[in-house]
Amino acid sequence: MSKDQALIAYVTRMGDNAIVMAQRLSEWVGHGPELEEEMAMSNFALDYVGQARMFFSYAGELDGKRRSEDDICFLRDGWDYGNVLLVEQPNGDFGETIARLVLFETFYSLQLEALATSPATKLAEIAARAIKESTYHLHHASNWLIRLGDGTDESHRRVQNAIDRLWTYTAELFEADPVDQIMQSEWQGPDLTVLREHWHRQIDELLAKATLQKPEDGWMDSGGKGGHHSEHLGYILAEMQSMQRTYPGANW
Amino acid sequence: MQAARKTLEASAWEILEQIPDPEIPVLSIVDLGIVRSVEVDGTKVTVGVAPTYSGCPATEFIEDSVVKSLQSGGITQVSIRRVLSPPWTSDWISDRGRQKLRKYGIAPPEKGAVARGRLLGDPMATERIVACPRCGSENTEKVSEFGSTACKASYKCIECLEPFEYFKCI
Repeated sequence: MSKDQALIAYVTRMGDNAIVMAQRLSEWVGHGPELEEEMAMSNFALDYVGQARMFFSYAGELDGKRRSEDDICFLRDGWDYGNVLLVEQPNGDFGETIARLVLFETFYSLQLEALATSPATKLAEIAARAIKESTYHLHHASNWLIRLGDGTDESHRRVQNAIDRLWTYTAELFEADPVDQIMQSEWQGPDLTVLREHWHRQIDELLAKATLQKPEDGWMDSGGKGGHHSEHLGYILAEMQSMQRTYPGANW
Repeated sequence: MQAARKTLEASAWEILEQIPDPEIPVLSIVDLGIVRSVEVDGTKVTVGVAPTYSGCPATEFIEDSVVKSLQSGGITQVSIRRVLSPPWTSDWISDRGRQKLRKYGIAPPEKGAVARGRLLGDPMATERIVACPRCGSENTEKVSEFGSTACKASYKCIECLEPFEYFKCI
């Protein structure tokens, strides 16, 4: 794989993570536990849509096949999507959505921070833009995790179960495949071993504040980066892509 | 030639200063700090525009109104360059913009990194003080970190009981 191919694959994956998070968070519209969270989740989803658009447009510019952001988003199948399994997991209850946000955003903020100095200038610019939004998401989600974990017996039990259930998807974040390796050596992408240490330190601190137990690593699921997904991604794509699949090229 | 270019640039800025932000129409897009540059090349004008938030739904609308306004102002060859770096933050809002916001009933964002650190640092950090844009009291309370648009939070004043919006400091 050439360094340019690795960059295209990497940028597309970042778009995939963002667009799948956007779809999941938008599912809360009309179902939020309170109005503020309804707005928070839809605001976050909107940020992710914007970030996905930037990543996809950039990937389209790089590969020179004249693919638009919409082509990349709507005309690829599940096996072409390289998002991590964590982001496609069902929302569960509000606590589980918050738990996933915390686990993912802690990783994503660190990833963006590392990329902000990449010699792939456009990627660095997108990262610098997105990190401001990511920090706000993480701030909000962390407050909720503390509130729920250190809340009632019921909220504590639920959010602890959520962390336990989602834990199996966290190792994939730090698994360096050839794309990650080339990104690190050629484009100053993050060193996932170092990033993992930072992630654990931040998560430890937050779980302690939230009076939650950190799960032990057991069997850890992965495969999303390589296009091997859980059944859930298919449903997300079916809904998101139905318009372009039914009326190819539809525009308004 | 030098003078002509200068004039074209100046008149482009004049037109841009009249374009309201679609979500906070009291501010022009220049007050908001999203117009980064106006470059003149012969009769061609390129405007650098920085989006506020990645997913701001008004981005395309704003770019479209820049092109249309300049064209109806007699500048026919207009193109837009989207600027991501340095990213927009609320520090880009001009002082005049801040005054306009306050008058309009929106508390302007605090300036500077200290306020941002307080907002985004320790999740348990003390809340920042936001003064009521109506009566000036600092006895205010956050209702929600989110508001009617991505860039605002909701507050209320304990003194004059008026609800108001706070332009988030990012």
